[in-house]
Amino acid sequence: MTSAVAQEDAPVPVAARGRRSSLTRSRIRAAWAFIAPSLIILALIAGWPLARTIWFSFTDANLNNLSDYEFIGFENYLANYDGEWLGLLTDPDWWHSVWNTVWFTLVSVSIETVLGIVVALILNAAFPGRGLMRAIILIPWAIPTIVSAKMWNWMLHDQFGVINDMLLRLGLIAAPITWTANPDTALWTVVMVDVWKTTPFMALLILAALQMLPGDIYEAAKVDGVHPVRVFFRVTLPLIKPALLVAVIFRALDSLRVFDLIYVLTANSRDTMSMSVYARQQLVDFQEVGLGSAASTLIFLIIALLVVITLAAGRVRLGEDPR
Amino acid sequence: MPRLIASLGFAAGILASTSAWAVEISISCSALGKEYEICKQGVDAWAKKTGNTVKIVSTPNSATERLALYQQLLAAGASDIDVFQIDVVWTGILADHLMDLSAKGQADIDDHLPAMVETSRVNGKLMAMPWFADAGLLYYRQDLLDKYKRPVPQTWADLTETARLIQDGERKDGRGDFWGYVWQGRAYEGLTTNALEWVASFGGGAIVDDKGDVTIENPKAAEALKAAAGWVGTITPEGVLNYTEEESRGVFQAGNAAFMRNWPYAWALAQGTDSTIKGKVGIAPLPKGGADGRNAGTLGGQLLAVSKYSKNADAATDLVLYLTGQQEQKRRAVEGSFNPTIVSLYSDADIAKANPFIGDLVDVFTNAVARPATATGQNYNKVSTEFFNAVHQVLSKRAEPAQALNRLDRDLKRIKRDGWK
Amino acid sequence: MKVLSRIGFWLLVVAIGLFALFPFYYAIISSFRSGAELFTVAYLPERLDISNYVAVFDRQPFGRNILNSIIVAGSVVAVSLGLGMTAAYAFGRIAFRGRALLLMTILAVSMFPQVAVLSGMFELIRSLGLYNTLPGLILANLMLTLPFTIWVLTTFMRELPKEIEEAAYVDGATPWIVVRRVFLPLMAPAAVTTGLLAFIVSWNEFLFALTFTLTNERRTVPPAIALMTGSTAYELPWGTIMAASVIVTVPIIILVLVFQRKIVAGLTAGAVKG
Repeated sequence: MTSAVAQEDAPVPVAARGRRSSLTRSRIRAAWAFIAPSLIILALIAGWPLARTIWFSFTDANLNNLSDYEFIGFENYLANYDGEWLGLLTDPDWWHSVWNTVWFTLVSVSIETVLGIVVALILNAAFPGRGLMRAIILIPWAIPTIVSAKMWNWMLHDQFGVINDMLLRLGLIAAPITWTANPDTALWTVVMVDVWKTTPFMALLILAALQMLPGDIYEAAKVDGVHPVRVFFRVTLPLIKPALLVAVIFRALDSLRVFDLIYVLTANSRDTMSMSVYARQQLVDFQEVGLGSAASTLIFLIIALLVVITLAAGRVRLGEDPR
Repeated sequence: MPRLIASLGFAAGILASTSAWAVEISISCSALGKEYEICKQGVDAWAKKTGNTVKIVSTPNSATERLALYQQLLAAGASDIDVFQIDVVWTGILADHLMDLSAKGQADIDDHLPAMVETSRVNGKLMAMPWFADAGLLYYRQDLLDKYKRPVPQTWADLTETARLIQDGERKDGRGDFWGYVWQGRAYEGLTTNALEWVASFGGGAIVDDKGDVTIENPKAAEALKAAAGWVGTITPEGVLNYTEEESRGVFQAGNAAFMRNWPYAWALAQGTDSTIKGKVGIAPLPKGGADGRNAGTLGGQLLAVSKYSKNADAATDLVLYLTGQQEQKRRAVEGSFNPTIVSLYSDADIAKANPFIGDLVDVFTNAVARPATATGQNYNKVSTEFFNAVHQVLSKRAEPAQALNRLDRDLKRIKRDGWK
Repeated sequence: MKVLSRIGFWLLVVAIGLFALFPFYYAIISSFRSGAELFTVAYLPERLDISNYVAVFDRQPFGRNILNSIIVAGSVVAVSLGLGMTAAYAFGRIAFRGRALLLMTILAVSMFPQVAVLSGMFELIRSLGLYNTLPGLILANLMLTLPFTIWVLTTFMRELPKEIEEAAYVDGATPWIVVRRVFLPLMAPAAVTTGLLAFIVSWNEFLFALTFTLTNERRTVPPAIALMTGSTAYELPWGTIMAASVIVTVPIIILVLVFQRKIVAGLTAGAVKG
């Protein structure tokens, strides 16, 4: 940094001929200097725990004695004992939790994306009380999940919960709904609470994208008398697409790893178990560090695969230059 | 002058020796709230007596979170906590990290409830000391039993019939949200305790017997589960499939249920000044499975154990023996209604005065059924999870009892494959 | 037509506001109630009984917990934005080999379930001597916020027109000056938004906070709330928990009200237009 400041006042030192390449070179040097601190911190805090998890997935480590374990290759994933196939890949509970998680992610992220765009468009419009509305919108995201999930559990109680009471009073339902107890409604209930909780995240990121758009585009469209819906799909949406995609990816990453919401709402029920709940059950409840790490590694692989697919589908080129 | 120096030296010597001897012990004995106060008074008394200091580390009251935190600390061999308050089913899981208290605890251990002592042992070694006991109880509405002229149910069949009678009667009086019987049916450890009570009271054993053999697939157990599944949607709201202790207490304490299965803690709350059912509640042992069945409440409660990684194991052990001793257990029973584990305290006059139903509880505790934590050791959580999931399937009518138990038997035997370890 | 769409717009605003606010409103009502009342439904507060609020501060160093949360979340945001902004400039504006691979690697950090990294992180924090300290928590939380910050800022950085920094470079500015003088003002909406989201992520973090701290004085708000109990371990002190949740949401609301103007600053503030 000091050298950078020193350079600021220095006269342009390089001859015009060599200028271009030396500028490029100095910019690339700067790039690495800018990225290095982040990389070092991430390598320090994430590198070791992640490498350790992957290593343990090939061992029979147990939480009771982490220093005494053996390398067992892929046995945690798939193994054949006396003609019987065992391991994570043969466990119906695991596949059920994969399916639950993927279903949950698809449904909740889709709803959140649409709702997030709607909310962001509203917050982008000028109306009295907009500042207050921004704060209100953010409240669900601001309450710690372990509290808000318990809160919903209370509100969704079939006997003394306020949600059933309200719906009964409004005449929308005839008998109380057993939201979280019934396997048919439980996962939908989890989706509803997740939408309530994380739409603000989506909305705020989209709002930031809308705010970064140059205003003259709209002016031009307005003058031409183009219908607002057309403007949105033809102009706004393509422009905010990169930001939207990043928001979707991080939402999807979070909901593919969903844990506390499902755990607080329905505990260890197999009907609603997510991949993270499964991994936690193996790692902590059952003390099977090996198997739990294998599950975690598979979660990592599944998520990585889905991210790559999403990026490809969204035609994102990571190495793209600024436009 | 020389005398002064000598006495100074003497004083310094004493100081040095006490500071070398006085140590700081940390104990995890509660979350916050009243339990913390009671615990603090106890450890302060010990600290004053011995000259040591004690630091209380609060841990979450959710059992799963607490166990996870303990495992994390112990797996890393951390000496930050010397004395752990552990659940009765955790002894086997944590045993590798705990000190063997056999030598020092031997003198006192025979005073405690045998079932509690059983939960403190692993392979014959005493790994913890019993601190307080808990067991499942039947709560009933005395006023409603009087109104419908029914006795306290003795068998589950009685309970089913009485609950239905009261529920129908109350609903006819316009109380559409009244239910007969509430309990804990969520897919968690609490369902294991509930279901074990049904199975044991019908004479269907305790999932895994003392020798470690899987015994759950038997007609009595199937009968018990069938009875329980029959309650759901008739005398019990379907929502019970996601109830924990507090959700069921909510229904009962709002005056909307005739019977409830819960732990002793609900008594003081049901009789509290702001309770709608104050003075209308009674407790009894949980019903028998039939004429030849037995009363069976699942044993709960907490133990105190010393970490193997403690740097002051002697002082920590001394603290454990003090806290689980007669005097302190009596104080805790009087001031905090914690049920003692020392048998003789159940006939103590002071405790009886503070806690009138304590005399009834001794039978409940003596007859209590222990979860198979001792036999299954480190695999207990797996066994319990398989069990409550199988029961949950039956209760939500997605599996027949016999079929679910058959699958459970196969799964448990697979977990056992190389012995329980 | 105009009136109708106006009405429709306001109906939508009200509906969204209600959906977002109702649970919080219900929490406020519950925080004034106690005992068996909590097992019944109420839509309006019956009275202003603040005993639950007193209990929150009475039974534990809750003020200290809030301060801890503010310190941790504040530091995490400062570090994340500081590192994220420079890294985003490098990723978004400078072409160099391995850029895509590095971005994917950074994203990969967010692909492991939190519980899986807990053990390794625990060992790391202990070996650095940061167990039961706030810096330990700050370090751990960076793992949750840094990848997100870098990615979001990179995306926004890349969207800005190409000509923006050329003029500055012609004038002989260094990359560092360009980031500070040219991009920082332009990136304000994105930076404030990302910072706000990162703040809340850290503010709400539970698992790390519970595992990496031991004493009540060092705990942040979420584990402090999880530690609340009634007279026994089974009893859930619902009124107190609701009171605590209301209290911890207030700083966030203030934060949003203070910073929400910045969210709409940016290009419209007329800094440099492409």
